[in-house]
Amino acid sequence: MKQIYFDNAATTAVDPKVLEAMLPYFQEHFGNASSLHSYGQTAQGAVDEARDKVANYLKCKSQEIIFTAGATESNNLVIQGIVNYLSQNNKSLHIITSKIEHPSVLEVFRFLEKQKLAEVSYLDVDQFGLISIEKLKKTIKSNTVLVSIMYANNEMGAIQPIQQVGELIKKVRTERGAKSLPLYFHVDAVQGLNYLDCEVDTLGADALSASGHKIHGPKGIGFLYLRAGVKVRPVNYGGHHEYNLRPGTLNVPAIVGLGKAVELVKNYKNKNVIKIKKIKEALINDLKKIDNIRFNGPENGCQLPNIINVSFLKAEGESILMMLDLAGIAISTGSACSSGSLEPSPILTAMGIKPEWSHGSVRVSLSKFNSLPEVKVFVQELKIAIAKLRKMAP
Amino acid sequence: MAYSKVLMDHFKSPHNQGTIANADGVGEVGNIRCGDIMKIYIDVDKNDKGADYLKDVKFETLGCAAAIAASSVLTDLAIGKTLDQALAITKDDIVKVLENVPPLKYHCSILAEEGLKKAIEEYKQRKN
Repeated sequence: MKQIYFDNAATTAVDPKVLEAMLPYFQEHFGNASSLHSYGQTAQGAVDEARDKVANYLKCKSQEIIFTAGATESNNLVIQGIVNYLSQNNKSLHIITSKIEHPSVLEVFRFLEKQKLAEVSYLDVDQFGLISIEKLKKTIKSNTVLVSIMYANNEMGAIQPIQQVGELIKKVRTERGAKSLPLYFHVDAVQGLNYLDCEVDTLGADALSASGHKIHGPKGIGFLYLRAGVKVRPVNYGGHHEYNLRPGTLNVPAIVGLGKAVELVKNYKNKNVIKIKKIKEALINDLKKIDNIRFNGPENGCQLPNIINVSFLKAEGESILMMLDLAGIAISTGSACSSGSLEPSPILTAMGIKPEWSHGSVRVSLSKFNSLPEVKVFVQELKIAIAKLRKMAP
Repeated sequence: MAYSKVLMDHFKSPHNQGTIANADGVGEVGNIRCGDIMKIYIDVDKNDKGADYLKDVKFETLGCAAAIAASSVLTDLAIGKTLDQALAITKDDIVKVLENVPPLKYHCSILAEEGLKKAIEEYKQRKN
């Protein structure tokens, strides 16, 4: 049975070129990048090179890139870090995020709120999953110090108006003047890194998080871009690594892999986007032939090229997932049954999508390693699964 | 969360899936909010000793793999039982057959138990 992997928003296969770049750093150049001898210096050189590659893609300074274990850690470091730093000298802080953020942002905000370290506003989204700049503008207060908005949503691919947010933040900051509280803009760019413009000055971002494994790099590695001058208090202590912000021996092979993966994104992004868009179009056209379905998320322009979120009436998402898995196809679902709770996807719920639709939602996420012939097999198997499940439903 | 082989077998080829025309009792449980809707149909007849028993049980389920498998197991357990025996079937009996049901999926087995009880209740009410 040929396997089809359509769950690239969860994780991606490591690119062979990435693996090749990493391998020498396990046994040959295994040094600790902090060591002064030549083993250490070779490792440090490789880390520097990877850092330059990331900085080159983001068009920022290399010193502004902090390697972490992934975006979850990056999000924690920057959000907790900013609030903890500023709360040393300020009593009431206000921070803003959206209702559709990844848990690694949302739960950090909830934690800070619960600890009474900051007052939190959670922005609503519209039926397409997009935030409103006007609403954000009205939500910013004189004591707002952080706005954290994801670049693109992992579940239905909505691309947020990040540049507009960046411009708004800059404007508010200018109006506030130098002596008042700072206002920072953090972007969780995990899903966007592969396909969207990530130049931090264009976005107006003061901080940006990403992971290696979503862009055909290794797992367990990511980075935080932190604009020079943004002060954060570390979450972990015990070493001088990464500008005293992230202690721990550097994961050199993974850092090398991340650097290579980012370089590949930069060099082949346009080509990959064209290929993936074609597959997505074919997929949407074929899916439209199934009755009682709806597509969730924004229209094409505001949706990631690799994500489709589609709901089937009278067919439950987890059952669809399991049936497709039996046919060798991997996808994902926003149904309650797979979420660890009895509630359907909070993201689809925030978009006002009714439970009968969200329980039957599945996410298909593509990558450069997918192909058009896979679409035919997928749709064929999907139709069989839907028909079987609908026949069983009351 | 890994499903057992037994559970997957019931999911792949559920037993007694369908409806009973002119059923003696129907029990519908669950709601769209939690995502699972189960409908249990029963056909009641008298056994040799003159007691009411479940000659046939069928199900229709909209839900996850565990919900479909729990429905299937319930029908297996219920068919041939007298009404009193059938009313004694619990979620634990279903979970035992399914092996390793993830804790979050217990409610699927509870639904199946409730669905059968509701169908029998309906039958009894009709009879009175």
